[in-house]
Amino acid sequence: MRHLIGLFSGLLFGAGLALSGMMDPARVRGFLDVAGHWDPTLAFVMGGAVLVMALAWAIQRRMHRPALCEEFALPGTRLIDARLIGGAALFGVGWGLGGLCPGPAIASLVFHPLDASVFVVAMLAGMALFRLADRPHT
Amino acid sequence: MIEWFLHTFPHAQPLRGLAGGILIGLAGALMLLGAGRIAGISGLTARVTGLAKGGAPWPLAALFIAGLPLGALIVAALTGPIPAQFPTSLIVLTLAGVITGIGTRLGSGCTSGHGVCGLSRLSPRSIVATLTFIAAGMVTVALVNALTAGG
Repeated sequence: MRHLIGLFSGLLFGAGLALSGMMDPARVRGFLDVAGHWDPTLAFVMGGAVLVMALAWAIQRRMHRPALCEEFALPGTRLIDARLIGGAALFGVGWGLGGLCPGPAIASLVFHPLDASVFVVAMLAGMALFRLADRPHT
Repeated sequence: MIEWFLHTFPHAQPLRGLAGGILIGLAGALMLLGAGRIAGISGLTARVTGLAKGGAPWPLAALFIAGLPLGALIVAALTGPIPAQFPTSLIVLTLAGVITGIGTRLGSGCTSGHGVCGLSRLSPRSIVATLTFIAAGMVTVALVNALTAGG
């Protein structure tokens, strides 16, 4: 039952994506199109989300454990390396090409089944490829 | 100020953007304070599909991913059709998808994990990642526009 929090979080996230216009690849590419007709909407989305999340982090620092499970499981690494920068750069290229990041693509599956599933299946294939290539050498 | 903004950016929807952003922030807050985890969509997707080892409990990740389209459907039911203009080329969509899949795993996150959750935590990794993918996205759009205008 405690996993239901995932459903509520996903619902809110999907609703936010839909309300904010971030499920429109053309609008997302408009934000990245600084040399053309720049559309700053995405900056407002990020601003609103970061503001609320900053409050959440302030609360989190005063909590000993999450409300519904034993402990926090948060990324602890501070390493800034070629993997991080190369991965983010690759993701940026894909984001610029399609105007889609993983969340809006998955939320779009019910509205634009063909286009969205082409992207999502290709993304899963990319993740699978990475997993194969990233196997530790033995 | 407001008039200047509306005149300069006639297509922008700052209020809807802000409202949607606040919902996204609440989603991240719920995941963090309730389940003790980052609402990072690429990571949760990899977890659900078995493409990542370890991570969030499977039911938690699966319910989150299932919630994304459901939440969007609720907004569509309340406010009408959600505008979306996808790239027309399936080759572009495929290429974009594959690159996004590799990049988000290699870089340990996407717009949600790094751009919202990590940035608001002032994580140096997420700040670098977010600046990098926005810059790479801007360069990509500029290059694609230049190439398609010339061709």
